[in-house]
Amino acid sequence: MKRRGQAVTFSFALMFLLAVVLAGCGSNNNSGNNTSSTKAPAAANAGTTTEAAATTEPAAKKPTVAFVYIGPPGDGGYTYQHDQGRQYMEKELGIKADTVENVPESADAERIITELAQSHDIVFTTSFGYMDYTLNVANKFPNVKFMHASGYKTAANMGTYFGKNYQGSYLAGIAAGKMTKKNHLGYVGAFPISEVIYNLNAFTLGAQSVNPDIKVDVVWTNTWYDPATERQAAISLLDKGADVLLAYQDSPATLQAAAERGAFAGGNDSDMGKYAPDSYLTNPVWNWGPYYVKAVQSVMDGTWKNEQYSGDLADGMIDIAPFGSKVPDDVKKLVEDAKAKIISGELDVFTGPITDNQGKVQVQEGQKLTLEEVLSMNWLAKGIEGTIPK
Amino acid sequence: MDFTTQLLIAAISAGTPLLLATLGGILNERAGIIQLGAEGLMLMGAVTTCIVYIRTENLLLALLAAMAITAVLGIVHSFLCVTLRANQTMSGLAMTLFGSGLSAYLGKSISGIPLPGTSPKLDLGWVKSIPVVGDIFGRMDDLTWFSLLLVLALHLLIHHTSWGLHLRAVGDSPATADVMGIRVQLIRYSYVTAGTVLIGLAGADMVLSYAPTWNEGLTAGRGWIAVGLVIFARWNPLRALFCAYLFGALDSLGFRMQLLGSTIPPYFLKMIPYVVTILVLMYLGYRNRNKPSGTPESLGTPFIREQRF
Repeated sequence: MKRRGQAVTFSFALMFLLAVVLAGCGSNNNSGNNTSSTKAPAAANAGTTTEAAATTEPAAKKPTVAFVYIGPPGDGGYTYQHDQGRQYMEKELGIKADTVENVPESADAERIITELAQSHDIVFTTSFGYMDYTLNVANKFPNVKFMHASGYKTAANMGTYFGKNYQGSYLAGIAAGKMTKKNHLGYVGAFPISEVIYNLNAFTLGAQSVNPDIKVDVVWTNTWYDPATERQAAISLLDKGADVLLAYQDSPATLQAAAERGAFAGGNDSDMGKYAPDSYLTNPVWNWGPYYVKAVQSVMDGTWKNEQYSGDLADGMIDIAPFGSKVPDDVKKLVEDAKAKIISGELDVFTGPITDNQGKVQVQEGQKLTLEEVLSMNWLAKGIEGTIPK
Repeated sequence: MDFTTQLLIAAISAGTPLLLATLGGILNERAGIIQLGAEGLMLMGAVTTCIVYIRTENLLLALLAAMAITAVLGIVHSFLCVTLRANQTMSGLAMTLFGSGLSAYLGKSISGIPLPGTSPKLDLGWVKSIPVVGDIFGRMDDLTWFSLLLVLALHLLIHHTSWGLHLRAVGDSPATADVMGIRVQLIRYSYVTAGTVLIGLAGADMVLSYAPTWNEGLTAGRGWIAVGLVIFARWNPLRALFCAYLFGALDSLGFRMQLLGSTIPPYFLKMIPYVVTILVLMYLGYRNRNKPSGTPESLGTPFIREQRF
């Protein structure tokens, strides 16, 4: 019996080791390569002068860049778009960046950002929850530049960046307002935070700009990627009568649920048309590449500032995905016209008068909300049926 | 369609993967082996389905591959728990960790790529025009039909055949079964493997009928819910059907209450399925306090021939 006991213990130790190793491979395989790949660009730089270096500043040493991702690049949504941006930046500047994916928004993040700061010149932290951890590390590494997406805290060596994706939601709203037959839209909200709220309001205002009778039902899933839950949320909206849905999560669950019932839907963050082209509307998408190029370039040029950068339709950080195959040309044209007006500055999404769904005037006639007011939005526009959970 | 019909349709949709995984867990545990690996096995089933379906565009092949992979994992689990008599809780947890990690690793190349198709639907023809029945059955896909047939088959197997008698004997008192000439090891191997295959199919169903693409961790804890439902259903396939659909309905009810203008925060609505589960368990426990609980008596205890306990 004794010997058998040892065999069991041993086999367990082996099994666990294997499990741990493979789990590690799955989530953090890039962080393991940090040391090797950070040296690679420096070596390549010393040996051969790459094209990008020749055109910009031959003498400047290329900075080492790292990205911290909340999810896997294969999420087909938020992190995927950041990863596309990283690849664009790598190609434009001839820099090889390191990435760490699936970093939880917890104390683990601070440990990982600290490790990256020790071996990199620029660190991009791409999710809101990293804000305080990034700030802590930024204070410890004054020579490293930190750029944090979607936050509001800065330091001498830490800036923020995000984009007015509500402009994209407004355009998606115009398309939805034209496509609905019942004047009834549905919004699958992720978390009841201001980022989702201003996108929901912009979507509603966009729809009402072409169809004043629109009402929008909203449900909150409290998830970013959970197909089973998001499907239930979408089905509930469809059952209540909505015939065009927009979801703020990254999974195509809402789109599939809508496709099954012959309704239209859009997702968020990236082009989701490939999942159900015939039922696809459009949705806001991120395009981080040009910003990443600009930010890294400014560090190389020594012109970097700890600014709070906000991209929009005009500079291309925000756009909408190509329309689904069933969206007619006149709707496309209407959206394109509105897009041109937003880019030229003629149209501002949050221009008064805007009343909230309690009847209170939130934006006076002729006024426009400042970016700061938009970012702290905590009311739902008239026509939205639902509440913001407290 | 009235509210109840809509809720039932949503419940069947939300409950099917849970039902498949719960039935798998019941087979495992009826044979006396604890199954805590459901989350990992579902993820492995899902990722295998996606990889093979995208590469070959053949759904049947994809499902067979998912079944084969989870069968292999089932054999590993049986080898550890039956032959090596390892701690079943540990083996199950290792299965979950292993499955989550390996599926994330294997799925990297296909993550975000749309599947060539979704779960096929049986065309019922004229049945669809019957008011309520047609609405409900017309929306069911093939895997849902399969899960329903399985409930019936497993019910008959466990309670009305001599094979089921052998299975229950092995789960309740393997020593007695052994004396009676039942091959305890073989039965445990077979049912554990069959159970893990069903759990793998539950994962396949999630990618085929919810969102047609792979992303790591997409089960989001559904495997753990199935582990709980096995106990909630007291190891009975018919009750598993009821429990899985009840859970699905409660899952959906939260959103419907939001839409009816309920002022209860969604965080609380999200707790409803779990709170109801606890309440029902308490009620059933109280009502059946003088009856056997239904737990396979030797669940979690490895069988060693001629050893006294």
